[in-house]
Amino acid sequence: MAEFFQNSVFFGSLVSLAFYGVGVLLKQKLKLAIFNPLLVAILLTMAFLLVFDIDYETYHAGAKYLSFLLTPATVALAIPLYEQFQKLKENAAAVAVGIITGVVTSMVSVLILCRLFGLGHVEYVTLLPKSITTAIGMGVSEELGGYVAITVAVIIVTGIIGNIIAQGVCRIFRITHPVAKGIGIGSASHAIGTTKAMELGEVEGAMSGLSIALSGILTVLLAGVFAKFM
Amino acid sequence: MHYLKQFGIILAVSFIGEILNFLIDLPIPASIYGIILLFFALEFRMVKLEWVKDAGKFLIAIMPVMFIPAAVGLLNAWDVLRPALVAYVSIMVITTVVVMAASGCATQAVIRRKEKKGGKTNG
Repeated sequence: MAEFFQNSVFFGSLVSLAFYGVGVLLKQKLKLAIFNPLLVAILLTMAFLLVFDIDYETYHAGAKYLSFLLTPATVALAIPLYEQFQKLKENAAAVAVGIITGVVTSMVSVLILCRLFGLGHVEYVTLLPKSITTAIGMGVSEELGGYVAITVAVIIVTGIIGNIIAQGVCRIFRITHPVAKGIGIGSASHAIGTTKAMELGEVEGAMSGLSIALSGILTVLLAGVFAKFM
Repeated sequence: MHYLKQFGIILAVSFIGEILNFLIDLPIPASIYGIILLFFALEFRMVKLEWVKDAGKFLIAIMPVMFIPAAVGLLNAWDVLRPALVAYVSIMVITTVVVMAASGCATQAVIRRKEKKGGKTNG
């Protein structure tokens, strides 16, 4: 039976989609931020694999086809960006300030917290690229000698946290301008946060998508400098 | 055909991104080169918006689902995270809130200042 699941092309993707569907339903019925469809899908899929004693590899043999679309989907973020280019031009200075602030704040806060928690240099450089998109963050962590597997885990969890708290943070800190919301969400939680920004609106989504590219590239340039601070 | 052509163009841009990622020795993935390329292709009218819009919007709409497999992979990351779990979890939560707030507030502050200035020159 396990062999059948391993060879099944659709099992992993179907399970993921079905639980995402459950997440969407729960959110519609209960209207609570904690029932984030992505979070529900992840937790239910994990529970499913544990209960039925299915290896991650078995699940992933089919589910990897969902991730296959990630690069084209990220490329497609250029479309809302193009449609909102006027908004970007009008706010170019604000966007630049916001993204630089986001990247520097991310690395400074990681530096301070690593010192507070008494972590070493390797843990520090592992966490430095935590706010940027996975593929760039992995490269940065590898180059600086971090634990790449931990970097990937931390980046994904950061994205999920960002996705869940985005609306709450914007409300508490009175971030109401759609451009500011998008830049904040994208700078803090890359593509996974951007999926939430897309739900909030076209401008939010476009600006969040822009932040993925810009904050990622800026982090590549600055991480080497920050790595020397601890 | 409609969707096939649109998806084909997006795949072609992704592929060029892969080539750039291979040629340029920087940890910048194909997708980031792809965003930049497709954006300029649209801006300089080499690609018309209608050629990519429907397939692109569909891909963006289903994007959350694409993160599920990697996130479920955290099951295997448990052992590496456990030794410093409290530190990692605290750092992840705190920095995410701080970065989102700082970046969003900074962006908004600059926008508001410009609006004020604009208001003065107009009035």
